[in-house]
Amino acid sequence: METKSTLWEVFIRSKSGLSHKHVGSVHAGDEVMALNAARDTYTRRNEGVSIWVVPSAKITASDLNNISETLENSENKIYRHPSFYDIPDDIGHM
Amino acid sequence: MSENLFFSTIELADDHLILGHRLSEWCGHAPTLEEDLSLPNLGLDLLGAATNLYSLASNLEGGKRSEDELAFGRIEKEYKNCLLVEKPNENFGHTMLKQLYFCVFMKLFWNECNSSKNKILAGISAKSQKEMVYHIRHSGEWVIRLGDGTEESHFKMTEAINELHPYTEELFYMSEVSLNCAKKNYLPDRLKIKKAWEKEIRDIFKEATLPYPSIVHFQIGGRNGIHTETMGHLISTMQYLQRTYPGQTW
Repeated sequence: METKSTLWEVFIRSKSGLSHKHVGSVHAGDEVMALNAARDTYTRRNEGVSIWVVPSAKITASDLNNISETLENSENKIYRHPSFYDIPDDIGHM
Repeated sequence: MSENLFFSTIELADDHLILGHRLSEWCGHAPTLEEDLSLPNLGLDLLGAATNLYSLASNLEGGKRSEDELAFGRIEKEYKNCLLVEKPNENFGHTMLKQLYFCVFMKLFWNECNSSKNKILAGISAKSQKEMVYHIRHSGEWVIRLGDGTEESHFKMTEAINELHPYTEELFYMSEVSLNCAKKNYLPDRLKIKKAWEKEIRDIFKEATLPYPSIVHFQIGGRNGIHTETMGHLISTMQYLQRTYPGQTW
């Protein structure tokens, strides 16, 4: 059993069919307690149907220092945006 | 009969109100930000059940007093909560244990109460039972972790058990009004759920590596309006607003 509390990232799915969204983080000693804390902290107003907790340390993030090589490359490729045709209304969430 | 049910309902409502009030005292004082949200959350669940119960009691009395008047307008002796719920907060583990004792009892109680002849009570029990399952998960997981945690947390949990366990017997106390209600199938016989309660607590203590105590002298009195010293202080804080500004709402 861990004695030190660690940071967990919390993801909530608000409705069946939608994807989980990052809502914030909690401190907890293990995954069960993290789930309880997430429930009490982030679903007080009936926000979700499903909760994920992920240890923050397990998340691999892009490096802020070489953000230009990683992300800016796509900036001038406007043809990748779906702005040249209309999305039918009944498609729903894209 | 409605008088018996009135006083039995008051016993239940007072348990929820007073324990809910004790939880509210943690607001701003919990050991972590997460628990600072959780504890008042649990308290609000209890307060919600208390509101429903006082409202039922008010109806049973023919609307003589409103639910607020019942909750905040009585003197100490008229409160019929068991002594366990008025025990002052000490450390966090102490509160989790008190919570566990009460919520395991209430879960079993509401489970039996689902078939009450009183439709309102049956309705309250369905809602409250779900809340109790979550309260048990919350407090039970903490009791397990603190019991099976460090030497210090284990010691503090053992201390809490020694102090609080003698107060658990009163959960099963059948006052005369409750006996009458049980006979008529309005409310469950509290003694019937004692075995199941003990088993559930024993199982959690086992996982928590905590000893299940054998207590000879139990503390009772609240159901007859005889309270511990701290009850007067609790009531003076809890009733301050209604005593100072009678009938105030927000």
